[in-house]
Amino acid sequence: MLTKRIIPCFDVKNGRVVKNVSFLTNERDAGDPVELASYYEEAGADELVLLDITASVEGRSTMMDIVRRTAEQVFIPFTVGGGISSVEDIREILKAGADKVSMNTSAVKNPQLITDGAKRFGQQCIVVAIDGRYDQAKGDWEVLINGGRTPTGMSVIEWAKKADSLGAGEILLTSFDQDGQKDGYDLPLTRLVSEAVSIPVIASGGAGNKEHFYDVFTEGKADAALAASIFHFKETSVGEVKSYLKKKGVPIR
Amino acid sequence: MIAIVDYGMGNLRSVQKAFEKVGHKAVVTSHPREVEAADGVLLPGVGAFGDAMFHLHELGLVEAVKNFAEQDKPLLGICLGMQLLFTTSEEHGHHTGLNLISGHVKRFKGDFKIPQVGWNSLNLKREHPLLEGVKQDDYVYYVHSYLVDPTDRNVILASSDYHGEVPGVVGYKNIFGIQFHPEKSSAVGLRMLDNFGRMCKEGVLL
Repeated sequence: MLTKRIIPCFDVKNGRVVKNVSFLTNERDAGDPVELASYYEEAGADELVLLDITASVEGRSTMMDIVRRTAEQVFIPFTVGGGISSVEDIREILKAGADKVSMNTSAVKNPQLITDGAKRFGQQCIVVAIDGRYDQAKGDWEVLINGGRTPTGMSVIEWAKKADSLGAGEILLTSFDQDGQKDGYDLPLTRLVSEAVSIPVIASGGAGNKEHFYDVFTEGKADAALAASIFHFKETSVGEVKSYLKKKGVPIR
Repeated sequence: MIAIVDYGMGNLRSVQKAFEKVGHKAVVTSHPREVEAADGVLLPGVGAFGDAMFHLHELGLVEAVKNFAEQDKPLLGICLGMQLLFTTSEEHGHHTGLNLISGHVKRFKGDFKIPQVGWNSLNLKREHPLLEGVKQDDYVYYVHSYLVDPTDRNVILASSDYHGEVPGVVGYKNIFGIQFHPEKSSAVGLRMLDNFGRMCKEGVLL
């Protein structure tokens, strides 16, 4: 049976993991993304997402080096996101060893990139990341770009459907309202998007405890759940979340 | 020496690194002669069936892979590479494959998420050197929208369930295919690549 995926995510800036990762602080290099990736493979993570939040050109080539080193040592799939805005960018990252690329703002600005990327490299490696925020007046979720700074006026559900039809292989859906709140994923949003598209949906934003994963897989109908700080700060572990879900009857590796 | 066939598609580095990790040397090559002379050949691939066959033809690799297979040395296709081993595919039209195993490649059909993405459990159907050390219900990582439908279902060595039976591992004489990504399936996948590497060194049992 196909299982639900648990995906730790970390931000990388100038070659280092940015957020403090408490469990690696002493004996190992806390800031090395490749070490962290290996750690999570051992811990039972199903996939990984590395977000490049570097702005500089030098940082970019450092990231390429990290992707290469991760590919050498990690034998689970990993996605790289951040600053990918052309077919050439996609090619470079996949060539360095990433399995998928995640695109957010660039896909909104240039939806053709989804189609071109899927045609050239296969649908499976094109992940469209969507940041959504609930708009009370409209009673709908709106797509935000530029790291949440710019509202687009687009409906998340409509954009997700469009991304699907343009050739995206997966949707990485982040709730801007829930992100960092630790009181659970946005279940109505996740469910609406998951039911609206024919491709897998990765829920993101809001994980605070293991029950939240259960909720997003059942009520939220997510295919995968992404989390960052809850794992990095050791509030729970991938193993603990997985054994809890297994006990509750959720298909888990 | 294992030759990983480079025809311009797919993430070859991961497969190469995975072989290295389990102690087998593999070279990435697009030279027909190097392919024919190898002890084992790995045909990787992501992307579309038609494009893949086009590139293989263009590089003179269709004949090279077929000549290699005729020498009774182990040939392993992964993901799209496995699908290429079959007779025909319906991916974006009608395409002819390498026809080393008889059967067709068809798209998942139904009201469920396509592609199948993620870890699925294996149902072992036959004992085989390629599956040595792999246990019933071990998990492996799949990403695909198309699946193979072999003429002789006995070639299916292991399968998974995704809205029906999905052939995960196939074997016919010295020709093998793996639909999932062993290079991304952690310890279980590495074990299978190690098995293949040893089959290449020792020569395959027919």
